[in-house]
Formats: sequence, C-alpha cells, structure tokens
Amino acid sequence: MSNMDKYVSKTVQAIPPSGIRKFFDLVSQMEGVISLGVGEPDFVTPWHIREACFYSLEHGYTMYTSNQGLIELREEIALYMRRHIGVNYSPENQILVTVGVSEAVDLALRAIIEPGDEVLVPEPSYVSYSPGASLAYGIPVAVETFAEDEYRIRPDMLEKAITPKSKVLILAYPNNPTGGIMRKEDLEPLVEIIIKNDLIVISDEIYSELTYNGEHASIASLPGMKERTIVFNGFSKAFAMTGWRIGYACGHPDLIGAMTKIHQYTIMCAPIMAQKAALEALRHGETEMRKMVENYNYRRKIMVSGFREIGMQCFEPQGAFYAFPSIVCTGMNSEEFSEKLIMEEKVAVVPGNAFGAMGNGHVRCCYAASVADIEQALDRIGSFLSRHRKG
Amino acid sequence: MELEKKMLKILEHDAKISPKTMATMLDEEEAHIREVLAHLEKERYILGYNAVVNWDRFGENGVEAMIEVKVTPAREVGFNGVAERISRFPEVRSVYLMSGTYDLSVVVTADTMKEIALFVSHKLSTLDEVQSTVTHFILKRYKQDNFIFESPQEDRRLVVSP
Ligand SMILES: Cc1ncc(COP(=O)(O)O)c(C=O)c1O
Repeated sequence: MSNMDKYVSKTVQAIPPSGIRKFFDLVSQMEGVISLGVGEPDFVTPWHIREACFYSLEHGYTMYTSNQGLIELREEIALYMRRHIGVNYSPENQILVTVGVSEAVDLALRAIIEPGDEVLVPEPSYVSYSPGASLAYGIPVAVETFAEDEYRIRPDMLEKAITPKSKVLILAYPNNPTGGIMRKEDLEPLVEIIIKNDLIVISDEIYSELTYNGEHASIASLPGMKERTIVFNGFSKAFAMTGWRIGYACGHPDLIGAMTKIHQYTIMCAPIMAQKAALEALRHGETEMRKMVENYNYRRKIMVSGFREIGMQCFEPQGAFYAFPSIVCTGMNSEEFSEKLIMEEKVAVVPGNAFGAMGNGHVRCCYAASVADIEQALDRIGSFLSRHRKG
Repeated sequence: MELEKKMLKILEHDAKISPKTMATMLDEEEAHIREVLAHLEKERYILGYNAVVNWDRFGENGVEAMIEVKVTPAREVGFNGVAERISRFPEVRSVYLMSGTYDLSVVVTADTMKEIALFVSHKLSTLDEVQSTVTHFILKRYKQDNFIFESPQEDRRLVVSP
C-alpha cells in the first residue's frame, strides 16, 4: 500500500502515539492475565438504569433531542450540581449534555483557545488534555505535581508554569492516574493566581463521587470562580456507565454557548437512550452508587496495604480507583517494568509515563477488580519484586 | 456495633473474605477482627456459612418444593411450637411464617418427588396443628441468594484502557 502519511495534517502527526494503545496491543494477545490496567468500573451499569433505557426504547424514544440535551436531564443535573458542589447552574443556558466528558474536553478547548495559547495541564494526568489542546492549536504546558505533595498542584509550581500566553488551567481531581485530590484548602491558594493571570479553569470532576475521606470540593464553588470555571462531570465512573458515552459541562452561558455551537454542528446531540438512562441514574441511582463507592474504598485499602506489605512505596490515593505506586526500587523505567511484569507474571498495569513524563517511575494500578484478583496480582508483583529489586 | 454491622455486610456478600483482608478493609487489627468474628459466631449473629451450589451443572436431579402450610396456632407458643417442630426435620431447608392466606412456608429438599410426597403425607400432615398443605415443586432456579444462575460473570472490559 502506498504511503499516505503526507496527507495527514501536521497537527495530527505531531501528536505522540498513545502509550496505552501500545500496551494494549501487547497484553490483548495473552491469556491468563490479571488486569489492573483498566480505566473503568468493574460493575455493570445498575439494572434499574438499564431497565429505564429499555422502557424508553419500547416507548419509541429514538429521535434527536435538543442540542443541549433533554431539558428534564438538564434540570436534574442542575439539582445534582447544587447538592453535590453547592453551585447553581441554569438548565436553560449553563448546562450542556455531551458524549462523555471526552467530548466536553474537546469542545471546551476548541471553544476557548486561539492558536498559540497555552493550556496548563497538571502532570501526571489523564491522557486527553494535551492532545485536546494540540488539536485546538493550543500548546499544552505541564504543571508538575509530586507524590510528596500527594499530587496536589502547588501554587509555586503553577506560577512557574504560567506565561503571558497562558489561557486555560485544567484541573482534574480526583486524579487519574494518581488518585490525588484537591481539598478546599488546597484549591484556595490557587484562586488568586488564577484570577491575577486571568485564566479560565476547566475542572474535570468525573471522579468526584469517588472521594473517600471527606467531601469533594469544586473550584467553581469558591468566590469569584464560578464564572471562569467550566465544570465537567459524567456518568461513566460514578454510575458505571462508560459505554453509554454521556457526560456534561456546566459554566457561564457565553462559554457553554460557544461549546454548544461546536457541539450542534459536529455531534448534534448526545444519544437519547443514554440521556434517558442518565436521567434515571440521577433520579434513583444514589443508593447503588454509594454501594459501589463503598466497595471501591474497601479495595483501595486492600491494594494500598498490599503494596506496602511487598515493600512498594505507594502514596495513599484519596479518590478515583487507581493506585500509583513507585517502581524506583527496581531501577527500571515504567515501560520496562510494565512489559517485564506482564511477560513474567501476567499482571497488566499501565506505565506511568502514559500520563506524561512526570508519571515515569510509577505504574497505574486500578483497583476496580475483584478482591481475589487484587490479592493474586499483589502476590505476583511481590515475587516479581523479590527478583528485580535493586539495593 | 458499627464494626459488627460492617463485618456482617461484607460476609453476607462474600463469606470467603479472610480476617486479614477484612481488617485492611475496615482499618482494624486482624486480631480484633478475629475476636469480633468469634463473638458473632458464638452469639449466633452468624449461624453458619454455606456455598450457593448450582447442582444442575452436575446433572444431579434433586428436587425441591415450597409447601404452603396452614396451621392452628397453639396456646402459649402460637405458631412457634409447630414451626420449630417442622424445622427439626433434616429434609426441611427453610421455614418462614407468612402473612396472607397461609401460615408457614416450608422449603423441602430430597432426591425424588416421591420422598417429598412421603414427607408431606407422613410427617407434615400428621402433625396435630397442621390443617392443610399445598405443595409446589420448584422447576427451575433463576436466582438464589443474590446469584443469577445463567449469567456468565465474565469481565467484558478491555484489558487496558485510559
Ligand atoms: C479524568 C477522566 N476524564 C474523562 C474521562 C472520560 O470520561 P467519559 O467516559 O465521560 O468520556 C476519563 C476516562 O477514563 C477520565 O479518567
């Protein structure tokens, strides 16, 4: 086949291949693998939510909805946001229902960024933000975060990364892959810097329900921040609805309006079946959601104490469903470690550098797995370490 | 009390969780968990542990029936006297006092239908307090104690995802 690369836009060519994709290809051909490499709940969507979707299909809900999403759903989201983060958003013009938070990330970046604007992305963090910024002709700039700081953004590190071109700060707490969170008192010192530098904040709070000690805090709830913050949330993690592809963005009408403009021409609307299911989740899903969260919390403790027992340094994650232990004791880099571990012990983890250079020296282990699998995986990692530990 | 409840919830869901794991889950010392567990067993908060078995996989054709029983409650002991007597038969798996048109629901297992018929005619109906019985044989089990029989619990997720 002839080489067509030259037709691919420079912008797309410049985006590095996904570190996860590469690893996926390696792992998916093996059998008997215990995977701690997933990024989604191990629960299937609660039955009542699936059932609500059947019902809506039976009753013929198979059409487009308004671009912003069903008004009932937006009203329910408004109530939820008031309960959950204490911020009021109008269902009329401050809420947009999207095809997952993934779409919201893309929309917000495209709606805000001029070519050459800098987007501050905490590192390590979820894989979409930097490519999303590049695709909007922006320039991703890392804000380094460290295990010693429990992966919180330190004001001095933020200031260090800011330039006159900085326009957007991404916050993603609870964090994938570290499990770090930002409490109210950690967010407060950032506010002044954000306002002084006239930044817009994109706050991806998709894991907010999965906060284990204390309450989730949203930066949008802090004085002066509602206007300049776009909050994302979704159903994938809290309600075990990854495959439904449904999420939402809340913010100032001008920003949500700009995002809606792109959304209406590129996506039109989120699928109505998923919107109907999401409505059920918000109206009646709290009890089951709490049960799932309690369950993740148990497994979080099992995994973290397991890592400590086998002598692996691991910051105690406070949110999401990942642990991010250090592998420096092996002297390997993240990719070597992950590849050797899968080959020798058939345990899949995700190399930390898939989440940015700051993730090197770590691996991401998801504890949305059965207790039996977690314990077995820990055993295998333990014997792997006993062979490969340096010093 | 809170701890005991949490332990019972965990065990009710999965009785195979080890005391060590449970200690980690609940931020307690393993020794303490063992103590509380012993207490719960001794005081019969926990009556026992059993597996939910899918005997069909073995091609075993045991039978099970739910029997509706109408009884005459006795002075002093009400329904308890007869219910406790019925509970003693080893072929009886469960006995419940019911609201509605009958009084006791008795679940009986045996190797053959005939054995169950004999149990009803010889042992159950002959009790003085028993007025009448209606026997329903269980034809197929779909779900028992939270487990769905025909639902393959395989993990359909991609092995690695962001
Ligand atoms: C931090 C974060 N944001 C967004 C997403 C994507 O969410 P959605 O399924 O709503 O597109 C993920 C998925 O892994 C994530 O970890």
